[in-house]
Amino acid sequence: MNVHEYQAKELMRQFGISVLKGGVAETAAQAVEVAKTLDTKVWVVKAQIHAGGRGKGGGVKLAKSLEEVEKISKEILGMQLVTHQTGPEGKKVLKVLIEQGCDIDHEYYCGIVLDRTVGKLAFMVSTEGGMDIEKVAHDTPEKIIKAHIEPCAGYTSAVGRKLGYALGLKGETLNKAMKFFEGLYKLYTEKDCSIAEINPLVTTKAGDVLALDGKLNFDDNALFRHPEIEAMRDITEESAQELEAGKFGLSYISLDGNIGCLVNGAGLAMGTLDILKLHGGTPANFLDVGGGATKETVEKAFSIILEDKNVKAILVNIFGGIMKCDIIARGVVDAAREMGLKVPLVVRLEGTNVALGKKILSESGLKITAAGDLADAAQKAVAAAKGAK
Amino acid sequence: MAILINRNTKLITIGLTGKQGSFHTLQSRDYGTNVVGGVTPGKGGTIHEGIPVFNTTYEAVKETGANAAMVFVPPPFAADSILECIDAEIPLIIAITEGIPVLDMIKVKAALKGSKSRLIGPNCPGVITPGECKIGIMPGHIHMPGNVGVISRSGTLTYEAVFQLTQREIGQSTCVGIGGDPVNGTNFIDILEMFEKDPETKAVIMIGEIGGTAETDAARWIRKHMTKPVVSFIAGAAAPKGKRMGHAGAIISGEDDSAESKFKVLQECGVTIARSPAELGQKVQEVLKK
Repeated sequence: MNVHEYQAKELMRQFGISVLKGGVAETAAQAVEVAKTLDTKVWVVKAQIHAGGRGKGGGVKLAKSLEEVEKISKEILGMQLVTHQTGPEGKKVLKVLIEQGCDIDHEYYCGIVLDRTVGKLAFMVSTEGGMDIEKVAHDTPEKIIKAHIEPCAGYTSAVGRKLGYALGLKGETLNKAMKFFEGLYKLYTEKDCSIAEINPLVTTKAGDVLALDGKLNFDDNALFRHPEIEAMRDITEESAQELEAGKFGLSYISLDGNIGCLVNGAGLAMGTLDILKLHGGTPANFLDVGGGATKETVEKAFSIILEDKNVKAILVNIFGGIMKCDIIARGVVDAAREMGLKVPLVVRLEGTNVALGKKILSESGLKITAAGDLADAAQKAVAAAKGAK
Repeated sequence: MAILINRNTKLITIGLTGKQGSFHTLQSRDYGTNVVGGVTPGKGGTIHEGIPVFNTTYEAVKETGANAAMVFVPPPFAADSILECIDAEIPLIIAITEGIPVLDMIKVKAALKGSKSRLIGPNCPGVITPGECKIGIMPGHIHMPGNVGVISRSGTLTYEAVFQLTQREIGQSTCVGIGGDPVNGTNFIDILEMFEKDPETKAVIMIGEIGGTAETDAARWIRKHMTKPVVSFIAGAAAPKGKRMGHAGAIISGEDDSAESKFKVLQECGVTIARSPAELGQKVQEVLKK
C-alpha cells in the first residue's frame, strides 16, 4: 500500500526524523491558511499523488508570496499530472502539501529496502541525491553505498557510521544523520514498510539533516497489525475495478489489450498473458481467481471482465487443483446467462473434476469454444478476438 | 530415492484442525503419505480424523518421531509456528501459508541459519514424490513416478508443467514448489544441487518469474555445476511495468530482472528455454532424447 508524501512525513515526525514544517490543503484558500502558519519567506507547493517525478511534470513549485501560494495551488489542484510513473493519462491532483522553504547545502539519497538475495534489509545511500537514482545505480554503481542489517541485531551505530562517513559527513551533521538513519529503520520495522525512500535527504546551511521528500510503501500482508496505516489509504489513488475485485479475493490488473483473461493462480495467469502475446494477441487484463474461489467469485470475475468495453473475446484458463473444474464451469455458465454473452468465449479446463466441468459447459447451450491444451486455448482466443473486430 | 520426501517420511500438520489444514492433510494421507500427527494448541489429546493432535510441536515430535511438518497456520501466526518447528529440530518444514509479512520471514530466515531444519516455502504448493509421498495442496492424480525433477516459484504453472509431462508419459522424480514470496527458505540452487546428486533424476524443469535474481543466480550455478539438462520457463514476459512509487527495489539487485533478461542469461548458461509455457513437456522430451 502506498501513502502520500504528507502522510509519510507525519509518520517520520512520529519517529523523530526531521522534516520541514508544512501542511496539506485541498483548496487554494486552505493552502494560503497553511502557508500563513509557516515561519518562512518562500513556500513550496507540492502536488500529492502516488507517483514520483512530480517536479519534472510541473507538480512542485516555489512561491515567494502568499499570493503566489494561492495562484500556484489553484494551478496544481485539479490538474492532470503526468510523470514517468503515472502513465500517459496522468493522475488528477486533489491535494497539495505546502511547506516552508529551506537553504539546501547538499542533496543525498537514502533508502531502505529488502535485499531478496540475502533475506535482509539493506540501507542504500548516495551522494547523488535529488536525481534519478536508477540512472545513478546503472551508470555509476560505485556511488551507491549499501549496508545490510543483521536481523538479530537490528540497527546499530556501526551501520550509521558506515553510511554517514561514506557520504562524507562529519561532526554534528554526522550525528544528526545517524539519528536520521536510526529513526528511519525504526519506522520501517515498526510499521512494516516495504520501501522507504528519501530522495533527497538534505543537509542545510544551518547544519540540519532533513527529509525533503519521502516515499513509503507498506507490506499489504502486514496491514492487519497496522489499522493506523490502513486508515491512510487513499482510494482515489486506486483503480475502482481493482478495489472491487480485491473485496472478492480476486487479483485483477487492467491492461490495454482486447482479450479478457480469467485464470487461477498468479503464475499461470502470467503465463497465460505470455502465451497470448506469443500468438499475436493482447490481453485486456490479469485476473487470478485464487485457489479457493467459489461460484460467486467466478461470476464476479466474469462481470469485471465484461465491464471492460475493449474486451473482444474471453479466455478462461483453469488448472483445477484445489479449485474444482465443475465449480468454475457453473460460475461461467451462470454469469454468461445473467449478463448476456456478447463476445466469443474460449474455455480451457484441466485438473480435478474436468469431465464434469466440460459436461456443464457443453450442456449449457451457450456458445462456448472448448480448447484442448494451453497452446490451443491461446490460438483460439487470439483468433476469436481478431474475428470479432 | 528422489529428493526431500519419500516412503519413510513421517508427517505432522501444524494447524491440522483448521478447514484447509484438515482437508489437505487427508488428501495427502489418501495419496499415501504417512501422517503421524497434528498440532493445534488447546486441542492436544484429541483425535482428529484418526490423527492424534498435540498442543505443541515439541510434544508431537517427541511422541510420533515426525521428520517433516506441513504448516497451514494463518498468516499472522505462521512465522511463530515455523520458528517452533525450527526449535523442535524438524528436518523438513513445508509452509503452505500465503501472505506472511516480509519482516516476519526475515526473522525466520535468520533463525534457519545454523539450525537443523530446511524450510520449503512459504506461499508454495508443497512437495511431492509421485507414488510415494505428497505434502501440500497439489492435485496428486496428475503426477506419475519417473525421472524429471520439477522446481517452481508458482503453483498452478507447476501443475501445468507436470500435466504436460504425464501426458507424454514422462514421470517425475520429485516436484518442489519453492514459493513466490520475496523471502523464502529454500532457493532454486539448493534444489538443483539435490537433483544433480539424485541418481533417479535425469532432467530438471525450472519455472521462474519476473523479479529478483533467483533464476539468474541459478543459471550461473547450472553452468558451473550441473551435468543434467535443465529446461526453463520464466513467467511474466507480457506483464506490464508496474506504476511503482519508489526505485529502491530495482536498484538493490543491480540487475535487470525482466523475463527477457532472465531468458537471455539462462540461455547463455546452457539452459534449454521454453518461450511458451505450453512447450515445457515437449522441450523435456527433446532433451531426454539427446
